[in-house]
Amino acid sequence: MLYSEKVMDHFTHPRNVGALENADGVGEVGNAKCGDIMKMYLKIKDGTIEDVKFETFGCGSAIASSSMATELIKGKPLSEALTLSNQAVAEALDGLPAYKMHCSVLAEQAIKAAVKDYYDKNNIPYDHEQFAATACCHEE
Amino acid sequence: MIYADNAATTKPSRAALDAMIPCLEGQYGNPSSLYTLGQQAREALEDARARIAKNLNATPREITFTSGGSEADNQALRSAAAIGARKGKKHIISTKFEHHAILHTLQALEKEGFTVTLLDVHTNGIVTAAEVETAITPETCLVTVMYANNEIGTIQPVAEIGAVCHRHGVLFHTDAVQAAGHLPIDVQAQNIDLLSLSAHKFHGPKGVGVLYAKKTIPLTNLIYGGAQERGKRAGTENLPAVLGMAAALDDACAHLAANTATVTLLRDTLIAGLSAIPHGELNGDATHRLPGNVSFCFEGIEGESLLLLLDQKGICASSGSACTSGSLDPSHVLLAIGRPHEVAHGSLRLTLCEENTPREVEEIIESVRQVVSYLRGMSPVWRDLQEGRKNYVIQ
Repeated sequence: MLYSEKVMDHFTHPRNVGALENADGVGEVGNAKCGDIMKMYLKIKDGTIEDVKFETFGCGSAIASSSMATELIKGKPLSEALTLSNQAVAEALDGLPAYKMHCSVLAEQAIKAAVKDYYDKNNIPYDHEQFAATACCHEE
Repeated sequence: MIYADNAATTKPSRAALDAMIPCLEGQYGNPSSLYTLGQQAREALEDARARIAKNLNATPREITFTSGGSEADNQALRSAAAIGARKGKKHIISTKFEHHAILHTLQALEKEGFTVTLLDVHTNGIVTAAEVETAITPETCLVTVMYANNEIGTIQPVAEIGAVCHRHGVLFHTDAVQAAGHLPIDVQAQNIDLLSLSAHKFHGPKGVGVLYAKKTIPLTNLIYGGAQERGKRAGTENLPAVLGMAAALDDACAHLAANTATVTLLRDTLIAGLSAIPHGELNGDATHRLPGNVSFCFEGIEGESLLLLLDQKGICASSGSACTSGSLDPSHVLLAIGRPHEVAHGSLRLTLCEENTPREVEEIIESVRQVVSYLRGMSPVWRDLQEGRKNYVIQ
Protein backbone atom coordinates (compact mmCIF):
# COMPACT_ATOMS: atom_id res chain seq x y z
CA MET A 1 0.00 0.00 0.00
CA LEU A 2 1.04 3.58 -0.64
CA TYR A 3 0.36 4.74 2.93
CA SER A 4 0.66 3.28 6.44
CA GLU A 5 -2.48 2.41 8.39
CA LYS A 6 -1.84 5.45 10.60
CA VAL A 7 -1.80 7.77 7.58
CA MET A 8 -5.02 6.24 6.26
CA ASP A 9 -6.63 6.53 9.69
CA HIS A 10 -5.77 10.24 10.01
CA PHE A 11 -6.74 10.83 6.38
CA THR A 12 -10.13 9.14 6.57
CA HIS A 13 -10.85 10.32 10.14
CA PRO A 14 -9.01 13.62 10.44
CA ARG A 15 -8.77 15.06 13.97
CA ASN A 16 -9.40 18.75 14.67
CA VAL A 17 -10.62 19.57 11.19
CA GLY A 18 -12.33 22.91 10.57
CA ALA A 19 -11.85 26.57 11.40
CA LEU A 20 -11.68 28.31 14.81
CA GLU A 21 -13.78 31.42 15.32
CA ASN A 22 -11.71 34.18 16.91
CA ALA A 23 -8.47 32.26 16.64
CA ASP A 24 -5.49 33.89 18.34
CA GLY A 25 -3.11 32.84 15.61
CA VAL A 26 -3.69 31.71 12.02
CA GLY A 27 -1.04 30.39 9.66
CA GLU A 28 -1.38 29.41 6.04
CA VAL A 29 1.42 27.82 4.02
CA GLY A 30 1.78 26.11 0.68
CA ASN A 31 0.58 27.03 -2.76
CA ALA A 32 -2.49 25.94 -4.70
CA LYS A 33 -0.35 25.78 -7.82
CA CYS A 34 1.71 23.04 -6.21
CA GLY A 35 -1.38 21.21 -5.01
CA ASP A 36 -1.27 21.72 -1.26
CA ILE A 37 -2.24 24.45 1.17
CA MET A 38 -2.45 24.07 4.93
CA LYS A 39 -4.12 26.49 7.31
CA MET A 40 -3.75 26.20 11.11
CA TYR A 41 -5.93 28.01 13.64
CA LEU A 42 -4.70 28.30 17.24
CA LYS A 43 -6.52 29.27 20.43
CA ILE A 44 -3.87 30.26 22.94
CA LYS A 45 -4.21 30.79 26.68
CA ASP A 46 -1.35 31.50 29.09
CA GLY A 47 1.22 30.41 26.52
CA THR A 48 -0.51 27.10 25.93
CA ILE A 49 -2.33 25.85 22.85
CA GLU A 50 -5.78 25.43 24.24
CA ASP A 51 -7.35 24.45 20.93
CA VAL A 52 -6.20 23.90 17.38
CA LYS A 53 -7.98 23.26 14.09
CA PHE A 54 -6.83 22.88 10.51
CA GLU A 55 -8.04 23.19 6.95
CA THR A 56 -6.09 21.51 4.17
CA PHE A 57 -6.27 21.43 0.40
CA GLY A 58 -4.07 18.57 -0.68
CA CYS A 59 -3.40 14.89 -1.01
CA GLY A 60 -4.01 12.14 1.54
CA SER A 61 -0.67 12.58 3.25
CA ALA A 62 -1.15 16.37 3.49
CA ILE A 63 -4.48 15.89 5.28
CA ALA A 64 -3.03 13.15 7.52
CA SER A 65 0.05 15.27 8.35
CA SER A 66 -2.15 18.23 9.34
CA SER A 67 -4.34 16.03 11.48
CA MET A 68 -1.39 14.40 13.24
CA ALA A 69 0.34 17.74 13.77
CA THR A 70 -2.74 19.17 15.53
CA GLU A 71 -2.82 16.16 17.86
CA LEU A 72 0.86 16.56 18.68
CA ILE A 73 0.52 20.22 19.73
CA LYS A 74 -2.90 20.38 21.33
CA GLY A 75 -2.62 21.28 25.00
CA LYS A 76 1.13 21.90 24.67
CA PRO A 77 3.01 25.10 25.56
CA LEU A 78 3.92 27.25 22.54
CA SER A 79 7.62 26.69 23.20
CA GLU A 80 7.09 22.96 22.76
CA ALA A 81 4.89 23.35 19.66
CA LEU A 82 7.66 25.36 18.06
CA THR A 83 10.07 22.47 18.43
CA LEU A 84 7.79 20.08 16.50
CA SER A 85 9.76 18.88 13.49
CA ASN A 86 8.44 17.48 10.26
CA GLN A 87 10.28 14.22 11.02
CA ALA A 88 8.32 13.92 14.26
CA VAL A 89 5.06 14.30 12.35
CA ALA A 90 6.14 11.72 9.76
CA GLU A 91 7.32 9.30 12.44
CA ALA A 92 4.07 9.63 14.36
CA LEU A 93 2.33 8.58 11.14
CA ASP A 94 4.58 5.50 10.87
CA GLY A 95 6.37 7.11 7.98
CA LEU A 96 5.53 8.80 4.68
CA PRO A 97 6.71 7.89 1.19
CA ALA A 98 9.88 9.86 0.36
CA TYR A 99 8.18 12.08 -2.22
CA LYS A 100 5.44 12.94 0.31
CA MET A 101 7.80 14.16 3.04
CA HIS A 102 7.12 17.75 1.98
CA CYS A 103 3.60 17.32 3.41
CA SER A 104 5.06 16.92 6.90
CA VAL A 105 7.25 19.97 6.24
CA LEU A 106 4.11 21.96 5.44
CA ALA A 107 2.53 20.85 8.73
CA GLU A 108 5.56 22.04 10.69
CA GLN A 109 5.60 25.34 8.79
CA ALA A 110 1.85 25.91 9.21
CA ILE A 111 2.16 25.65 13.00
CA LYS A 112 5.12 28.01 13.03
CA ALA A 113 3.26 30.47 10.82
CA ALA A 114 0.27 30.41 13.17
CA VAL A 115 2.44 30.97 16.25
CA LYS A 116 4.26 33.80 14.46
CA ASP A 117 0.90 35.36 13.64
CA TYR A 118 -0.04 35.19 17.31
CA TYR A 119 3.27 36.78 18.38
CA ASP A 120 2.89 39.52 15.75
CA LYS A 121 -0.69 40.32 16.72
CA ASN A 122 0.23 40.56 20.39
CA ASN A 123 3.54 42.34 19.94
CA ILE A 124 5.38 39.50 21.61
CA PRO A 125 9.08 39.64 20.78
CA TYR A 126 10.61 36.53 19.20
CA ASP A 127 13.71 35.29 17.48
CA HIS A 128 13.15 35.76 13.73
CA GLU A 129 15.62 32.98 13.00
CA GLN A 130 13.13 30.56 14.49
CA PHE A 131 10.66 31.29 11.68
CA ALA A 132 12.97 31.22 8.70
CA ALA A 133 10.63 29.66 6.16
CA THR A 134 12.00 26.98 3.89
CA ALA A 135 10.02 26.80 0.69
CA CYS A 136 9.18 23.24 -0.27
CA CYS A 137 7.73 23.92 -3.67
CA HIS A 138 8.25 26.32 -6.54
CA GLU A 139 6.79 29.38 -4.82
CA GLU A 140 5.40 32.09 -7.04
CA MET B 1 -16.07 -2.87 -6.18
CA ILE B 2 -16.88 -0.60 -9.11
CA TYR B 3 -14.13 -0.63 -11.70
CA ALA B 4 -14.11 2.70 -13.54
CA ASP B 5 -10.50 2.91 -14.68
CA ASN B 6 -10.69 1.13 -18.02
CA ALA B 7 -8.27 3.60 -19.63
CA ALA B 8 -5.61 2.34 -17.20
CA THR B 9 -6.30 -1.30 -17.94
CA THR B 10 -9.26 -3.60 -18.52
CA LYS B 11 -10.40 -6.90 -17.13
CA PRO B 12 -9.28 -9.70 -19.49
CA SER B 13 -12.33 -11.08 -21.29
CA ARG B 14 -13.47 -14.71 -21.16
CA ALA B 15 -12.60 -14.98 -24.85
CA ALA B 16 -9.06 -13.75 -24.20
CA LEU B 17 -8.55 -16.16 -21.29
CA ASP B 18 -9.97 -19.08 -23.26
CA ALA B 19 -7.51 -18.35 -26.05
CA MET B 20 -4.57 -18.07 -23.67
CA ILE B 21 -4.98 -20.90 -21.20
CA PRO B 22 -4.42 -23.86 -23.63
CA CYS B 23 -1.28 -22.14 -24.79
CA LEU B 24 -0.01 -21.80 -21.22
CA GLU B 25 -0.83 -25.43 -20.43
CA GLY B 26 -0.26 -27.97 -23.23
CA GLN B 27 0.55 -25.98 -26.34
CA TYR B 28 3.75 -24.42 -25.11
CA GLY B 29 5.84 -24.94 -28.25
CA ASN B 30 8.26 -22.33 -29.59
CA PRO B 31 7.01 -21.05 -32.96
CA SER B 32 10.58 -21.27 -34.27
CA SER B 33 10.88 -25.03 -33.58
CA LEU B 34 10.58 -27.51 -36.45
CA TYR B 35 8.69 -30.32 -34.73
CA THR B 36 4.90 -30.50 -34.67
CA LEU B 37 4.46 -28.80 -31.28
CA GLY B 38 6.48 -25.84 -32.53
CA GLN B 39 4.77 -25.70 -35.90
CA GLN B 40 1.36 -25.72 -34.24
CA ALA B 41 2.50 -22.70 -32.25
CA ARG B 42 3.68 -21.06 -35.50
CA GLU B 43 0.28 -21.66 -37.10
CA ALA B 44 -1.54 -20.21 -34.10
CA LEU B 45 0.76 -17.16 -34.17
CA GLU B 46 0.20 -16.52 -37.87
CA ASP B 47 -3.53 -17.08 -37.55
CA ALA B 48 -3.61 -14.44 -34.79
CA ARG B 49 -1.59 -12.07 -36.96
CA ALA B 50 -4.00 -12.51 -39.88
CA ARG B 51 -7.04 -11.87 -37.68
CA ILE B 52 -5.53 -8.73 -36.16
CA ALA B 53 -4.57 -7.50 -39.63
CA LYS B 54 -8.11 -8.05 -40.85
CA ASN B 55 -9.55 -6.02 -37.97
CA LEU B 56 -7.35 -3.07 -38.99
CA ASN B 57 -7.82 -3.58 -42.75
CA ALA B 58 -4.10 -4.32 -43.03
CA THR B 59 -2.15 -7.31 -44.35
CA PRO B 60 -0.51 -9.83 -41.98
CA ARG B 61 3.05 -8.85 -42.91
CA GLU B 62 2.29 -5.30 -41.82
CA ILE B 63 1.67 -6.47 -38.25
CA THR B 64 4.61 -6.60 -35.82
CA PHE B 65 4.02 -7.92 -32.32
CA THR B 66 5.57 -5.85 -29.54
CA SER B 67 5.56 -5.80 -25.75
CA GLY B 68 2.83 -3.15 -25.79
CA GLY B 69 1.92 0.37 -26.81
CA SER B 70 5.07 2.05 -25.52
CA GLU B 71 7.38 -0.22 -27.51
CA ALA B 72 5.22 0.19 -30.61
CA ASP B 73 5.31 3.99 -30.23
CA ASN B 74 9.09 3.97 -29.74
CA GLN B 75 9.69 1.75 -32.77
CA ALA B 76 7.29 3.70 -34.99
CA LEU B 77 8.99 7.01 -34.21
CA ARG B 78 12.52 5.59 -34.46
CA SER B 79 11.71 3.98 -37.81
CA ALA B 80 10.14 7.09 -39.34
CA ALA B 81 12.98 9.24 -37.96
CA ALA B 82 15.59 6.95 -39.55
CA ILE B 83 13.81 7.15 -42.91
CA GLY B 84 13.64 10.93 -42.61
CA ALA B 85 17.29 11.24 -41.59
CA ARG B 86 18.37 9.26 -44.68
CA LYS B 87 16.64 11.91 -46.82
CA GLY B 88 17.95 14.80 -44.75
CA LYS B 89 14.50 15.49 -43.30
CA LYS B 90 14.66 15.92 -39.55
CA HIS B 91 11.47 17.68 -38.51
CA ILE B 92 8.63 15.94 -36.67
CA ILE B 93 5.15 17.28 -35.84
CA SER B 94 3.10 16.11 -32.89
CA THR B 95 0.79 17.54 -30.23
CA LYS B 96 1.29 18.82 -26.69
CA PHE B 97 -0.89 16.16 -25.11
CA GLU B 98 0.52 12.91 -26.50
CA HIS B 99 1.34 10.00 -24.22
CA HIS B 100 4.84 10.11 -22.70
CA ALA B 101 5.82 7.13 -24.85
CA ILE B 102 5.63 9.62 -27.73
CA LEU B 103 6.76 12.83 -25.99
CA HIS B 104 9.80 11.29 -24.33
CA THR B 105 10.86 9.54 -27.55
CA LEU B 106 10.57 12.91 -29.31
CA GLN B 107 12.74 14.49 -26.61
CA ALA B 108 15.37 11.80 -27.21
CA LEU B 109 15.22 12.47 -30.96
CA GLU B 110 15.65 16.21 -30.34
CA LYS B 111 18.93 15.43 -28.59
CA GLU B 112 19.92 13.53 -31.72
CA GLY B 113 19.40 16.57 -33.92
CA PHE B 114 15.71 16.43 -34.85
CA THR B 115 13.44 19.44 -34.44
CA VAL B 116 9.98 18.88 -33.04
CA THR B 117 6.84 21.01 -33.33
CA LEU B 118 4.18 20.30 -30.70
CA LEU B 119 0.79 21.64 -31.79
CA ASP B 120 -1.77 23.19 -29.45
CA VAL B 121 -4.87 21.15 -28.72
CA HIS B 122 -7.11 24.06 -27.64
CA THR B 123 -9.62 23.95 -24.79
CA ASN B 124 -11.63 21.25 -26.55
CA GLY B 125 -8.62 18.91 -26.73
CA ILE B 126 -8.68 18.53 -30.52
CA VAL B 127 -6.06 19.49 -33.10
CA THR B 128 -7.19 20.21 -36.67
CA ALA B 129 -5.84 18.86 -39.94
CA ALA B 130 -5.41 22.47 -41.13
CA GLU B 131 -3.10 23.20 -38.20
CA VAL B 132 -1.06 20.12 -39.03
CA GLU B 133 -0.82 21.23 -42.67
CA THR B 134 0.38 24.71 -41.67
CA ALA B 135 3.15 23.18 -39.55
CA ILE B 136 4.49 20.95 -42.33
CA THR B 137 7.79 22.14 -43.85
CA PRO B 138 9.98 20.63 -46.59
CA GLU B 139 12.04 19.11 -43.72
CA THR B 140 9.09 17.30 -42.11
CA CYS B 141 9.44 13.52 -42.14
CA LEU B 142 6.72 12.48 -39.70
CA VAL B 143 3.46 13.57 -38.13
CA THR B 144 2.40 11.64 -35.02
CA VAL B 145 -0.99 12.43 -33.51
CA MET B 146 -2.86 10.16 -31.13
CA TYR B 147 -6.24 8.76 -32.22
CA ALA B 148 -7.83 9.46 -28.82
CA ASN B 149 -6.33 11.03 -25.72
CA ASN B 150 -5.74 8.76 -22.74
CA GLU B 151 -6.76 11.28 -20.07
CA ILE B 152 -9.58 13.31 -21.56
CA GLY B 153 -10.65 10.91 -24.31
CA THR B 154 -10.92 13.47 -27.10
CA ILE B 155 -10.85 11.98 -30.59
CA GLN B 156 -8.53 13.50 -33.20
CA PRO B 157 -9.42 13.76 -36.91
CA VAL B 158 -6.90 11.08 -37.91
CA ALA B 159 -8.25 10.38 -41.41
CA GLU B 160 -8.05 14.09 -42.32
CA ILE B 161 -4.61 14.47 -40.77
CA GLY B 162 -3.45 11.36 -42.67
CA ALA B 163 -4.77 12.83 -45.94
CA VAL B 164 -2.86 16.08 -45.33
CA CYS B 165 0.33 14.13 -44.59
CA HIS B 166 0.03 12.09 -47.77
CA ARG B 167 -0.53 15.21 -49.88
CA HIS B 168 2.81 16.46 -48.59
CA GLY B 169 4.67 13.15 -48.73
CA VAL B 170 5.00 12.93 -44.95
CA LEU B 171 4.59 9.72 -42.93
CA PHE B 172 1.67 9.60 -40.50
CA HIS B 173 1.74 7.65 -37.23
CA THR B 174 -1.12 7.43 -34.78
CA ASP B 175 -0.95 6.16 -31.21
CA ALA B 176 -4.24 4.25 -31.15
CA VAL B 177 -3.72 2.67 -27.73
CA GLN B 178 -6.93 4.15 -26.32
CA ALA B 179 -8.86 3.82 -29.58
CA ALA B 180 -8.25 0.23 -30.65
CA GLY B 181 -11.28 -1.93 -29.92
CA HIS B 182 -13.33 1.17 -29.03
CA LEU B 183 -13.36 3.22 -32.25
CA PRO B 184 -13.36 1.98 -35.85
CA ILE B 185 -9.90 1.55 -37.37
CA ASP B 186 -9.24 1.19 -41.10
CA VAL B 187 -5.60 2.00 -41.80
CA GLN B 188 -6.23 2.38 -45.54
CA ALA B 189 -9.34 4.54 -45.42
CA GLN B 190 -7.80 6.63 -42.60
CA ASN B 191 -4.48 7.18 -44.39
CA ILE B 192 -2.46 5.69 -41.54
CA ASP B 193 1.14 4.61 -42.21
CA LEU B 194 2.07 3.53 -38.71
CA LEU B 195 -0.20 2.68 -35.78
CA SER B 196 0.37 1.48 -32.21
CA LEU B 197 -2.05 -0.49 -30.08
CA SER B 198 -1.98 -2.33 -26.76
CA ALA B 199 -4.03 -5.43 -25.90
CA HIS B 200 -4.82 -4.70 -22.26
CA LYS B 201 -6.87 -1.62 -23.17
CA PHE B 202 -9.53 -3.76 -24.87
CA HIS B 203 -9.86 -6.72 -22.48
CA GLY B 204 -6.73 -8.50 -23.68
CA PRO B 205 -3.66 -9.37 -21.60
CA LYS B 206 -0.91 -6.97 -20.50
CA GLY B 207 2.56 -6.95 -22.04
CA VAL B 208 1.57 -7.30 -25.66
CA GLY B 209 0.77 -4.89 -28.45
CA VAL B 210 1.05 -4.27 -32.15
CA LEU B 211 2.96 -1.96 -34.40
CA TYR B 212 1.22 -1.69 -37.76
CA ALA B 213 3.58 -0.40 -40.45
CA LYS B 214 2.61 -0.06 -44.08
CA LYS B 215 4.59 -2.61 -46.09
CA THR B 216 6.66 0.07 -47.85
CA ILE B 217 8.03 1.33 -44.50
CA PRO B 218 11.22 -0.36 -43.29
CA LEU B 219 11.32 -0.73 -39.52
CA THR B 220 14.29 0.10 -37.32
CA ASN B 221 15.05 -2.47 -34.64
CA LEU B 222 14.84 -1.57 -30.98
CA ILE B 223 15.72 -5.15 -30.02
CA TYR B 224 18.34 -7.15 -31.91
CA GLY B 225 18.71 -10.93 -31.82
CA GLY B 226 16.82 -13.73 -33.52
CA ALA B 227 14.81 -13.62 -36.73
CA GLN B 228 11.38 -13.30 -35.13
CA GLU B 229 8.97 -10.73 -36.62
CA ARG B 230 10.88 -10.67 -39.94
CA GLY B 231 14.04 -9.83 -38.03
CA LYS B 232 12.55 -6.54 -36.83
CA ARG B 233 11.79 -7.50 -33.25
CA ALA B 234 13.92 -10.25 -31.73
CA GLY B 235 12.79 -12.50 -28.91
CA THR B 236 10.62 -15.62 -28.68
CA GLU B 237 7.08 -14.55 -29.36
CA ASN B 238 4.75 -14.16 -26.38
CA LEU B 239 2.27 -16.55 -27.94
CA PRO B 240 -0.28 -16.81 -25.09
CA ALA B 241 -0.53 -13.03 -24.96
CA VAL B 242 -0.73 -12.71 -28.75
CA LEU B 243 -3.58 -15.23 -28.88
CA GLY B 244 -5.37 -13.44 -26.05
CA MET B 245 -4.94 -10.14 -27.88
CA ALA B 246 -6.31 -11.53 -31.15
CA ALA B 247 -9.35 -13.00 -29.38
CA ALA B 248 -9.98 -9.76 -27.48
CA LEU B 249 -9.69 -7.63 -30.60
CA ASP B 250 -12.00 -9.96 -32.57
CA ASP B 251 -14.49 -9.67 -29.73
CA ALA B 252 -14.19 -5.89 -29.45
CA CYS B 253 -14.49 -5.29 -33.19
CA ALA B 254 -17.43 -7.69 -33.57
CA HIS B 255 -19.35 -5.83 -30.84
CA LEU B 256 -18.05 -2.33 -31.54
CA ALA B 257 -21.38 -0.73 -32.46
CA ALA B 258 -23.33 -2.32 -29.61
CA ASN B 259 -20.63 -1.57 -27.02
CA THR B 260 -20.33 2.01 -28.24
CA ALA B 261 -24.08 2.52 -27.84
CA THR B 262 -24.16 1.00 -24.33
CA VAL B 263 -21.07 2.76 -23.03
CA THR B 264 -21.92 6.15 -24.57
CA LEU B 265 -25.25 6.09 -22.74
CA LEU B 266 -23.51 5.33 -19.43
CA ARG B 267 -20.91 8.02 -20.13
CA ASP B 268 -23.47 10.71 -20.86
CA THR B 269 -25.48 9.82 -17.74
CA LEU B 270 -22.30 10.11 -15.69
CA ILE B 271 -21.35 13.42 -17.32
CA ALA B 272 -24.83 14.81 -16.66
CA GLY B 273 -24.73 13.67 -13.02
CA LEU B 274 -21.30 15.11 -12.31
CA SER B 275 -22.12 18.35 -14.15
CA ALA B 276 -24.62 19.09 -11.37
CA ILE B 277 -21.72 19.52 -8.92
CA PRO B 278 -21.04 23.28 -8.74
CA HIS B 279 -17.71 24.66 -9.94
CA GLY B 280 -16.77 21.45 -11.71
CA GLU B 281 -16.44 20.97 -15.45
CA LEU B 282 -15.92 18.29 -18.06
CA ASN B 283 -12.45 18.28 -19.62
CA GLY B 284 -12.39 18.25 -23.41
CA ASP B 285 -15.05 18.09 -26.09
CA ALA B 286 -18.35 16.60 -24.88
CA THR B 287 -19.14 14.59 -28.01
CA HIS B 288 -15.88 13.93 -29.85
CA ARG B 289 -14.65 11.72 -27.06
CA LEU B 290 -14.16 8.03 -26.35
CA PRO B 291 -17.43 6.27 -25.49
CA GLY B 292 -16.22 5.47 -21.97
CA ASN B 293 -14.24 8.57 -21.00
CA VAL B 294 -15.42 11.02 -18.34
CA SER B 295 -12.84 13.54 -17.14
CA PHE B 296 -13.69 16.38 -14.76
CA CYS B 297 -11.96 19.12 -12.83
CA PHE B 298 -13.45 20.22 -9.50
CA GLU B 299 -12.31 23.48 -7.96
CA GLY B 300 -11.02 23.67 -4.40
CA ILE B 301 -9.95 20.04 -3.99
CA GLU B 302 -6.99 17.85 -4.82
CA GLY B 303 -7.26 14.70 -6.91
CA GLU B 304 -5.31 12.20 -4.87
CA SER B 305 -7.44 12.63 -1.75
CA LEU B 306 -10.51 12.36 -3.98
CA LEU B 307 -9.26 9.03 -5.39
CA LEU B 308 -8.38 7.63 -1.97
CA LEU B 309 -11.82 8.42 -0.60
CA LEU B 310 -13.50 6.96 -3.68
CA ASP B 311 -11.39 3.84 -3.15
CA GLN B 312 -12.75 3.68 0.41
CA LYS B 313 -16.18 3.52 -1.21
CA GLY B 314 -15.02 0.77 -3.54
CA ILE B 315 -14.67 2.91 -6.66
CA CYS B 316 -11.51 2.60 -8.80
CA ALA B 317 -10.73 5.85 -10.64
CA SER B 318 -7.72 7.97 -11.56
CA SER B 319 -6.56 11.59 -11.58
CA GLY B 320 -4.10 13.86 -13.31
CA SER B 321 -3.09 15.52 -10.07
CA ALA B 322 0.62 15.93 -9.33
CA CYS B 323 0.32 13.88 -6.17
CA THR B 324 -0.77 10.81 -8.11
CA SER B 325 2.16 11.05 -10.46
CA GLY B 326 4.90 11.62 -7.92
CA SER B 327 5.89 14.89 -9.59
CA LEU B 328 5.20 18.50 -8.70
CA ASP B 329 3.28 19.30 -11.86
CA PRO B 330 -0.22 18.12 -12.66
CA SER B 331 -1.03 16.33 -15.91
CA HIS B 332 0.51 17.81 -19.06
CA VAL B 333 -2.76 16.97 -20.82
CA LEU B 334 -4.86 19.19 -18.52
CA LEU B 335 -2.31 21.99 -18.76
CA ALA B 336 -2.35 21.60 -22.57
CA ILE B 337 -6.11 22.26 -22.68
CA GLY B 338 -5.57 25.39 -20.62
CA ARG B 339 -6.49 24.28 -17.11
CA PRO B 340 -4.53 26.33 -14.55
CA HIS B 341 -2.35 24.27 -12.18
CA GLU B 342 -4.63 24.68 -9.16
CA VAL B 343 -7.63 23.44 -11.14
CA ALA B 344 -5.73 20.61 -12.85
CA HIS B 345 -4.83 19.28 -9.37
CA GLY B 346 -8.54 18.65 -8.79
CA SER B 347 -9.05 16.30 -11.71
CA LEU B 348 -10.89 13.01 -11.80
CA ARG B 349 -10.93 10.48 -14.64
CA LEU B 350 -13.59 7.78 -14.75
CA THR B 351 -13.39 5.40 -17.71
CA LEU B 352 -16.25 2.99 -18.28
CA CYS B 353 -16.71 -0.19 -20.28
CA GLU B 354 -19.67 -2.26 -21.42
CA GLU B 355 -19.60 -4.23 -18.15
CA ASN B 356 -20.46 -1.19 -16.06
CA THR B 357 -24.14 -0.77 -15.21
CA PRO B 358 -26.52 2.20 -14.89
CA ARG B 359 -26.74 1.39 -11.17
CA GLU B 360 -22.96 1.65 -10.83
CA VAL B 361 -23.05 5.00 -12.63
CA GLU B 362 -25.65 6.27 -10.13
CA GLU B 363 -23.46 5.06 -7.26
CA ILE B 364 -20.42 6.82 -8.74
CA ILE B 365 -22.34 10.09 -9.12
CA GLU B 366 -23.55 9.95 -5.52
CA SER B 367 -20.11 9.02 -4.14
CA VAL B 368 -18.26 11.71 -6.10
CA ARG B 369 -20.82 14.29 -4.96
CA GLN B 370 -20.30 13.29 -1.30
CA VAL B 371 -16.52 13.14 -1.49
CA VAL B 372 -16.13 16.44 -3.35
CA SER B 373 -18.35 18.18 -0.84
CA TYR B 374 -16.54 16.58 2.11
CA LEU B 375 -13.10 17.60 0.83
CA ARG B 376 -14.30 21.11 -0.01
CA GLY B 377 -15.52 21.35 3.58
CA MET B 378 -11.94 21.09 4.84
CA SER B 379 -10.27 23.03 2.03
CA PRO B 380 -8.90 26.53 2.72
CA VAL B 381 -8.94 27.13 -1.04
CA TRP B 382 -12.66 26.40 -1.19
CA ARG B 383 -13.24 28.72 1.79
CA ASP B 384 -11.42 31.52 -0.02
CA LEU B 385 -13.52 30.92 -3.15
CA GLN B 386 -16.75 30.78 -1.16
CA GLU B 387 -15.95 33.89 0.84
CA GLY B 388 -14.95 35.86 -2.26
CA ARG B 389 -11.23 36.18 -1.51
CA LYS B 390 -10.50 34.27 -4.71
CA ASN B 391 -12.34 34.08 -8.01
CA TYR B 392 -13.68 30.84 -9.36
CA VAL B 393 -11.98 29.62 -12.51
CA ILE B 394 -14.90 27.30 -13.30
CA GLN B 395 -18.21 29.11 -12.95
